[in-house]
Amino acid sequence: MQFQGSDRYISTDELSLAVNASVVLGRPLLIKGEPGTGKTRLAEEVAAALGKPLIQWHIKSTTKAQQGLYEYDAVSRLRDSQLGEAGVSDIANYIKRGKLWDAFAADEQVVLLIDEIDKADIEFPNDLLVEIDRMEFFVYETGQTVKAKHRPIIFITSNNEKELPDAFLRRCFFHFINFPDRDTMSKILAVHHPHAQEKLVAEALDVFFELRAVPGLRKKPSTSELIDWLKLLLADDIQRAALQNRAGQAAIPPLYGALLKNEQDVQLLERLAFMHKRNVQISMQP
Amino acid sequence: MLLSFFDELRERGLPVTFGELSDLIQALEQHLVFADIDEFYYLSRTCLIKDEKNFDKFDLAFKAHLAQLAKYDNFLEKLLPERFARASNAPLNAAGQTEAFGTMQGLKETYFKPSDQEYDGHFGRNKGVGSAGISNAFAGSLSRTADGVSATSTNIGKGALKAWDRREYRELDDRVQLGTRNIKMALRRLRQFARTGAEEELDLPATIRSTAHQGGLLDIKMLPQRHNSVKVLLFFDIGGSMDAYVRTCEELFSAARSEFKHMEYFYFHNFIYDRLWTTNKLNQSQIINTFDVLHKYGRDYKVIFVGDAAIGTQEILRDGGSVDFPDSDAGANWLKRVTDTYPKVVWLNPEPENFWQYSESTRIIKDLMEDRMYPLTLGGIEKAMAYLG
Repeated sequence: MQFQGSDRYISTDELSLAVNASVVLGRPLLIKGEPGTGKTRLAEEVAAALGKPLIQWHIKSTTKAQQGLYEYDAVSRLRDSQLGEAGVSDIANYIKRGKLWDAFAADEQVVLLIDEIDKADIEFPNDLLVEIDRMEFFVYETGQTVKAKHRPIIFITSNNEKELPDAFLRRCFFHFINFPDRDTMSKILAVHHPHAQEKLVAEALDVFFELRAVPGLRKKPSTSELIDWLKLLLADDIQRAALQNRAGQAAIPPLYGALLKNEQDVQLLERLAFMHKRNVQISMQP
Repeated sequence: MLLSFFDELRERGLPVTFGELSDLIQALEQHLVFADIDEFYYLSRTCLIKDEKNFDKFDLAFKAHLAQLAKYDNFLEKLLPERFARASNAPLNAAGQTEAFGTMQGLKETYFKPSDQEYDGHFGRNKGVGSAGISNAFAGSLSRTADGVSATSTNIGKGALKAWDRREYRELDDRVQLGTRNIKMALRRLRQFARTGAEEELDLPATIRSTAHQGGLLDIKMLPQRHNSVKVLLFFDIGGSMDAYVRTCEELFSAARSEFKHMEYFYFHNFIYDRLWTTNKLNQSQIINTFDVLHKYGRDYKVIFVGDAAIGTQEILRDGGSVDFPDSDAGANWLKRVTDTYPKVVWLNPEPENFWQYSESTRIIKDLMEDRMYPLTLGGIEKAMAYLG
């Protein structure tokens, strides 16, 4: 199955390709990029798109690679032995599984997210080389080898706070999420805040013409405030329109269609434009 | 929405991300701010900027964006259907106006209540409009907003001093010269924690672990204290053109003194030659051979030069060019000996960075330093420490 992004997550072609390559070839995908470019979200979206469970391992500065495999709880065992609890003799009762073990032991293929690997100690990635390469590890306390039933799809994110060792990098695919360009940004915004601009413009007009009350609003804006506000909200579109004018394209695309919900909004905007124009003319008269 | 504003911020090097823009838009959707640019300024700053050192850059970007917007005066017409644009561009009493007027009249009857007190007060200003054939009532209602609209063009960008115009945060911008504080914070970038020396701190996790492994027999584990083990060698330029920067250098020195346990410092005059002073009195009796310094302090020392690099080029390049030690070979050689001995060497220059290009000696030293010259500002010190670290 191919990952193409979703209606909640805008994926560029390069990113989709990188994801699909790492899924098909069973290699971990290392994702870098500026904060807020959706590195962590990617794993969630891929898991949702492919219909696979997601196991998340969030790395902190104190996280040790061993914790991802398993931990031996010697202190509990000591306490239990002093209290004479049953089960003390079986050391397996005090082995706590880590996230990697969970991912390896799952009955179906899972998506494993190792989030912000650069937060950990500098040696952390080196301690996971074999585990990630061969997808197996050895439990010393019980002499057991844990081997992945299904190679998990692994995503690793990094914020570039530390350099990652070459040996580790060689075992990963790598993708750098560029900061989105203007078009991608507006697509992403549309996904996160659908129709935010139209809603705010329409509300501004409604409030100005006292068609409705907006909760929490202390005072009705003046015309100048409203005009400034609309400029702020519509700045992107104004800029585009101005650019196209300069480029000699005679017909301005009917932006109002994209911006305003219905005929009534258009009328209100017309009215405001008229008032604005009249006042400019008045102020120009001697 | 707000993408051009966002671009403006990013172009000015502000570290804003999509998540923060999303927060801002969410706040607008919740009507936290409505049709008020002043409040929008504070809201957007709260949402987007996470460090007061960036406030000044933000103020500049905000101002620039508003100035940009102020240029789009007849933007409303641009957004409107063509029929309206045509109508409103025609003379007011032309036939083409009728259609738009129909709409206006209808709207007026539906929405407008021209009955408030301002009505009469402002009526007189609308004679010109009234003569264009609009009913008096309607003209009056338009005038209500005359003040507001005519203020628009001045309000944005060049009106009364706005919050973003005051630039209160200029001092916190890391490109400006050092003030009084924060130097320590900047120096703190240079830290190498190590546990060396006597074991005098209780290692609790190790104690628990080893006690558990011993089957309950208490087994105390100790470890040495953690401290900054970084070693620093400072060379201060002193006297002459450096007098202007004495205060800044004193601040840097005292901050460094308290931050670094292993700090050695020497003084030079104009440039580094075969002898250095051990006190800032430049006294003949307190001179040390530069070779002795290079031999005494190991390669693990980080070297920081502090100097304005403004001297005659001969004083750097020519043997015997030194004013104080005419028998020394060229200063450039001595700088090279330092950079050859120590892998990490930086030069902090108190002179503002944009003046460097006009001084030939600064360019030469910068080349000799392989560009490791940083301005003596918070940002410069941070960058220098990042390189040394």
